[in-house]
Amino acid sequence: MRSSFNSIRRFTYLLAGAAFAVTSLQATGDTAVIKGSKAASMESCVAETSDMRRNHMDYLKHQRVETVRGGIRGAKFSLVDCVECHASKDNDGNAVPVTDEGQFCQACHDYVAVSPACFQCHRTTPMQGSGSLGAVDLEQMKFQHLNASSLKEWHPVIHAGSESAR
Amino acid sequence: MSVKNDQPDMNRRKFVGATVAAAGAVVVAPGVLLHTVAGADPESQGASAKHRWGMLIDANKCAEGCSACVDACNSEHGLTSHGRPETDAQWIRTVKLKDLNTGHINRLVMMCQHCEHPPCVDVCPTGASFKRADGIVLVDRHTCIGCRYCMMACPYKARSFVHEDLKDQSVNAPRGKGCVEGCTMCVHRIDRGETMTACQEACHKDGHGAIVFGDLKDPDSEISQALKSQNSRQIRADLKLNTGVRYSNL
Amino acid sequence: MSKMYYRELYCGTPVRYWAGMALLGTIVAVALGAAFYMEHNGHWVTGMTNQVVWGLPHVFAIYLIVAASGALNVASIGSVFGGPMYKPLGRFSSLLAIGLLAGGLVVLLLDLGRPDRLIIAMTYYNFKSIFAWNIILYSGFFAIVGIYLWTMMDRKANRYYRTLGFAAFFWRLALTTGTGSIFGFLVAREAYDAAIMAPMFIIMSFSYGLAFFIITLIAAYIWGNRELGDLRLARLKNLLGVFVGAVLYFALAYHLTNLYVTQHHGIESFILLNGGVYTAMFWIGQILIGGIIPLFLIYSPAFDKARWAVVAASVMVLIGGFFQIYVIVIGGQAFPMSIFPGKEVLESSFYDGTVNAYAPSLPEMLLGIGGIAIAMTMVAVGARMFKVFPESLEDPGESA
Repeated sequence: MRSSFNSIRRFTYLLAGAAFAVTSLQATGDTAVIKGSKAASMESCVAETSDMRRNHMDYLKHQRVETVRGGIRGAKFSLVDCVECHASKDNDGNAVPVTDEGQFCQACHDYVAVSPACFQCHRTTPMQGSGSLGAVDLEQMKFQHLNASSLKEWHPVIHAGSESAR
Repeated sequence: MSVKNDQPDMNRRKFVGATVAAAGAVVVAPGVLLHTVAGADPESQGASAKHRWGMLIDANKCAEGCSACVDACNSEHGLTSHGRPETDAQWIRTVKLKDLNTGHINRLVMMCQHCEHPPCVDVCPTGASFKRADGIVLVDRHTCIGCRYCMMACPYKARSFVHEDLKDQSVNAPRGKGCVEGCTMCVHRIDRGETMTACQEACHKDGHGAIVFGDLKDPDSEISQALKSQNSRQIRADLKLNTGVRYSNL
Repeated sequence: MSKMYYRELYCGTPVRYWAGMALLGTIVAVALGAAFYMEHNGHWVTGMTNQVVWGLPHVFAIYLIVAASGALNVASIGSVFGGPMYKPLGRFSSLLAIGLLAGGLVVLLLDLGRPDRLIIAMTYYNFKSIFAWNIILYSGFFAIVGIYLWTMMDRKANRYYRTLGFAAFFWRLALTTGTGSIFGFLVAREAYDAAIMAPMFIIMSFSYGLAFFIITLIAAYIWGNRELGDLRLARLKNLLGVFVGAVLYFALAYHLTNLYVTQHHGIESFILLNGGVYTAMFWIGQILIGGIIPLFLIYSPAFDKARWAVVAASVMVLIGGFFQIYVIVIGGQAFPMSIFPGKEVLESSFYDGTVNAYAPSLPEMLLGIGGIAIAMTMVAVGARMFKVFPESLEDPGESA
């Protein structure tokens, strides 16, 4: 009785292990990154692909608290960067929303039947022009600082004050 | 065990104590170290209680017919009008006032006053309305359920409710249907070490200089100097909310 | 006294029961459709704006929640205060309380900006918020009244009956205090900033809850073809009279206190004199329909034996109560907030200093009525599943 139970258990483990091996092989086998997006030209995401696949939602959720509540920006995991990198461009060179059918975020979330609720509020294409955020926008930051320093001439206290504040 | 009496085994207790202390040190130390290591880069530093961001608005300098700050705020945060003024979001607004006794006419801008004791934070059931360490009052849209109790509680009508679906939001201000929002004092700028909010920048660009933004805790900042040298007031000071936004010549 | 038998609510023929259920079900379905329409489009399709942020759904929800705790009163009188005439009504009283609360909460929930985030409301708590406390008070109310109902129906659990009766009584007082306090601590708005709000809401709950109880009791006994004695109704009627009088007294006290404070003269003259629709609602709706006429119907010897007078008085109490909450919730928001005391607002893009317009939209109204239908459906289903209604409520003398 007991031995038969054990053998069944062993068989189940074997089966589960095999299934896991097959699925993980398949998962790492091909890429889901959309051609023509910035991500396609990169070696890997900000972490191992397998890690990102499994844990991106937790990383993003952790980061959202850090950013919204703690004001910590420009960290490793950033939804803005996801969009910057994974949004592809159409034939006219316009960015395609990552939530469009077949696009990076949507395709996978469709497959696992999960709604990427992030994009009820967050923008789905990289932002052009003024006001961009994140590591990719050093240009923009320089512009803002320039702006502040040009005002310094007739408003000297602003800059001095905030310098010491920092 | 050779110990036969019922006295507690003191060696065991010491061992447990030491283990707990060691484990505590192992857990805490990396955190402490990490905190000291981070710091050089303003992007990763985060909000700090060493600052309290505030504004001083000079009602005399707020120019008739000007809406530079409002426009700048709208474009900075992607606030678009849907042609329905009753339900469109307004984070900053101009108001023209006349003193009932003296007839003196004033113009000023109203926005979230970033209170030290914000009523919106007190009433929010989920804690989505919160105050950052540096005194900025924000809505965490990830936990806002859209009950609008904060809008009922705010004495300044500083908050708006998003009444419709939105598209093409700005990265500066992710926002969506069914959540409450308001002036963020341009946290996205502050967090990357900038020294001006969008409204202040626009006001200065137009040559009015009616808005001064800065650190209230820094005695040398322009705003602290200005507050020290001239009379200013809080709106609804009777509520004792200690607002971060002050007004002069009102 | 004869032994009391309770039976499930069979309405003579199945058609009679299911037709009633179909009617209620239709109203609920329409309400859910209205809620979906509002959520799908966003709140701009309602009458609510950034100035009047709480609209008709909140009026309905608060009305039902307040009435829910009041509906439990009959059971409390039976167990806490030992009124033998009320004891057989205890089961229905508890069931009605649960139903009304559920109906109110559904309306409140479906009006949230993000009703899909119910789980967040249940897992993230800010304990300084009265709202957060209310979420706990509401859940607790369901649990305690549910167990209370069980102790009434199960002989084995009956020894905990009195204990649960007390627990439910105190919990309901806490619940209404909490609901009233939603407004009581809003320093921003002149109409609300008053500690009297909490006790006033308790008295209001006594009155509306009992009126709801009387009407649904009579309706259920007509629906189910059962006997309902005049003696018990007369008791309930007299009690209602006391509560209606108390509500009037509290309204008087509230406005007199406000009138004493010079700062609040603006809001008082708005509600009492020149608020247009709100003034009309206050005097005609709240005071005349909800107070004076019901008192007349209840206490005039001319209607001593008239059952229609009890029904009419209860219906009027409910209508008046609705207007009372409308004036508190909407009227309080319509009155301009005093952001700049001593100043007149000449220009503002955000409607500072002006009376805010609010016109309720049809979907809001449908959602609110749906809340009442949900409450009634729960009562009808509950009464069919459990032995809630006494087989006969004949006057004790007749049946002996």
